[in-house]
Amino acid sequence: MGKILKQIKYTPAKIHRGYSNKSLYINVGDLRVEEKEVTEFMKEKFVGGKGFDLWYLWHAVTPETRWDSPENEIVMSVGPLGGITQYSGTGKTLVCAISPLTGIPIDSNTGGYFGPLLKFSGWDALELQGKAEKDLIIFIDGNEGLISIEEGEEYPEDSHLLAEELTAHFAGSEEDKVHVSVVSSGSAAKHILMGMLNFSFYDPRRKTVRFKQAARGGLGTIMRDKHIKALVVKYKGIKPNLNDPADLAAINRIGVKYHKEVHDLDEKQNTMRKIGTANTILVMNKYDLLPTRNFQTGGDPEAVKISPEVFINQYLTQGIHDGCWYGCTMSCAKAADHFKLLTGPYAGLCVTVDGPEYECAAGLGANLGIFDPQAILEQNFYCDTYGIDLISYATTVAFIMECYEREQIGPEHTGGLDLRFGNAQASLELMHQMSRGEGFGLLAGLGVRRLKSIFVERFGADPKLLEDIGMENKGLEYSEYLHKESLAQQGGFALTNKGPQHDEAWLIFMDMVNNQIPSFEDKAYALYYYPMFRTWFGLCGLCKLPWNDIVPADNYKTDTPAKVPEHVQNYVDIFNAVTGKHIDKDELIRQSERVYNFQRVFNIRMGSGLRQHDRPPYRSLGPATAEEYLSRQERYDKQLRELQGLDPSRMTLDEKLAATRAYREKQFELLTDAVYERRGWTKNGVPTPEHLKEIGMDLPMLLEVVEKHL
Amino acid sequence: MITVNTRENPWREGLTVQALLDEMGFIFRHIIVRVNGEFVPEEAYAQRQIADGDDVQVMHLIAGG
Ligand code: SF4
Repeated sequence: MGKILKQIKYTPAKIHRGYSNKSLYINVGDLRVEEKEVTEFMKEKFVGGKGFDLWYLWHAVTPETRWDSPENEIVMSVGPLGGITQYSGTGKTLVCAISPLTGIPIDSNTGGYFGPLLKFSGWDALELQGKAEKDLIIFIDGNEGLISIEEGEEYPEDSHLLAEELTAHFAGSEEDKVHVSVVSSGSAAKHILMGMLNFSFYDPRRKTVRFKQAARGGLGTIMRDKHIKALVVKYKGIKPNLNDPADLAAINRIGVKYHKEVHDLDEKQNTMRKIGTANTILVMNKYDLLPTRNFQTGGDPEAVKISPEVFINQYLTQGIHDGCWYGCTMSCAKAADHFKLLTGPYAGLCVTVDGPEYECAAGLGANLGIFDPQAILEQNFYCDTYGIDLISYATTVAFIMECYEREQIGPEHTGGLDLRFGNAQASLELMHQMSRGEGFGLLAGLGVRRLKSIFVERFGADPKLLEDIGMENKGLEYSEYLHKESLAQQGGFALTNKGPQHDEAWLIFMDMVNNQIPSFEDKAYALYYYPMFRTWFGLCGLCKLPWNDIVPADNYKTDTPAKVPEHVQNYVDIFNAVTGKHIDKDELIRQSERVYNFQRVFNIRMGSGLRQHDRPPYRSLGPATAEEYLSRQERYDKQLRELQGLDPSRMTLDEKLAATRAYREKQFELLTDAVYERRGWTKNGVPTPEHLKEIGMDLPMLLEVVEKHL
Repeated sequence: MITVNTRENPWREGLTVQALLDEMGFIFRHIIVRVNGEFVPEEAYAQRQIADGDDVQVMHLIAGG
């Protein structure tokens, strides 16, 4: 145990209607620890979760703040519904900071027990500011009312070791381990910009620490830059009424009905309880949506080698409850136990791998041309323990591999690593280099945006090609869905606040397959409604998956099955039952809209957030290379005929590529116009003062920013 | 000719819902099928015939994310 640098006793606030009404501020530079009031204004305008995070972050930083400025904060909050145990997906923590990859606020949503235990320890939110000189551990004991800041140099860095050790140390006994949660990163996070955070929960059946990740945007990088090695919270006494809800019986009633649905229907619908989100690998492959070899195509015949059945039959332990918070019967947090590592510093060890989730199998598998489940799980493990965001990693390495195969870079630049698609050993070595802080791994860890410049300026690569095929927007790497044939999803990725992560909107089936939203107005409505609806999960501490990865048996009878109206009503009713408020489904959207627009203005304040920043790379919109066009020639030729009245038989390949590009780029501009108008923004993407007034966000601090851009 | 999700699609004698789903590659399990607005339960996919000119809707419910 490290030397104690500071200890403070506090009286844990009593929770009332979902809020403790206190937040905790810790400055790791000067070891200041302060308690702040959570005001009625904050609850009214920002609800909680990501809303509280952004509110605190705004006040912590200035437009000049960079990710590694001491004033940059990591803020986390679970939201007013976080920690209830009667419904699925109610333990999510939202984490925000100014991102090293984008320079604007990132928000990331994670399971694990930390957020709920933090709230039950008396804190609605936690702000971490400043920079320590040496590694620290911050420990919060919610039963004792104790905050302790201790030296952390002697602890290991990699999460699977660190979290086990800290859990054992602070729990004191085997039975108390479930009351401890650790937030940590890993050895790579201090060398790369795509470092992520692991949020732990102890699995008493497997007798091991498990993880969920606040993965996107470099949060782990910031934590290690601040020399915070880990946060630990301990709280014993979880029970159904800890949020002091206004109507416990209503929550119980809604929960019982929902759990019966999961029990009766999951097997027929998405089989989340068997395989988790990776259930969709072959579906995505069949629908040409599985990003393959840097998003060039949407699938590959070899994808059967990484099918859900392969993971279920050969790797994933079945029949164990795998919820990442109490009461989640959807239970999708699957794990591969006794997995033997073949490379790296832990070669030969048998470990538990959390996953693979869909993003992992798609990103570290198909997008790298690696159709080998062992290699996918090994990369999954090392990303997690080293603290690497596997989505940014996969999309970055896919880009590197394509540059390598197209001879834009060569072995002389990669230190001899033969980074061709399909070379799992080279990818693993790159990861180990990130952990050691050496070689080409250091460059790769900078992410696609910076690599584009480096490859052009230092290695003489073709700037136009790299702009087209580098799958980043706002500096963040795309998540793992091919979406060239869905205009709505092109917007769902690029017309976002934090960058191209699918948690704002996933519209591919609605748009491309169902053809439900054919007009620009339809798409614009979808790109208004779904991002707002899904933002709400992040305000309240909820997981998105229980909303629509299972639906009631009679959902098809409703007017709007894609919205899953019964589940929307469940959320409205649970919100009211916890907080004692009286919102309806329209006010739910309005709550999100306030925070969504606040975040947009925050981006503008930080020098981004305008139309130019929303433009995607061309590969997001269409075939960027001759090979891509030729691989789906029938489709693209047909589109030239039907959409543009051209005769492809009289055109050269270059002419076809150019005509397709001009058409698709124009479509995206028209979509952007329609979406901005629907969201109440100017053509430049700036929320208008009238719109801010209409949604109750005409705060002087926001008006001052937008007025400069009108 | 029939329409599938408002797009034209060839028709042939004896075409069932199941055969159409197979031909279209619609393997996603979480779908709702309607023929001329009438809901077709999953148990009936193999028997339910589609007539020339029918309007078929195969709604894939959102997954992902
Ligand atoms: S659905 Fe999965 S990710 Fe969401 S809370 Fe439940 S176990 Fe966690």
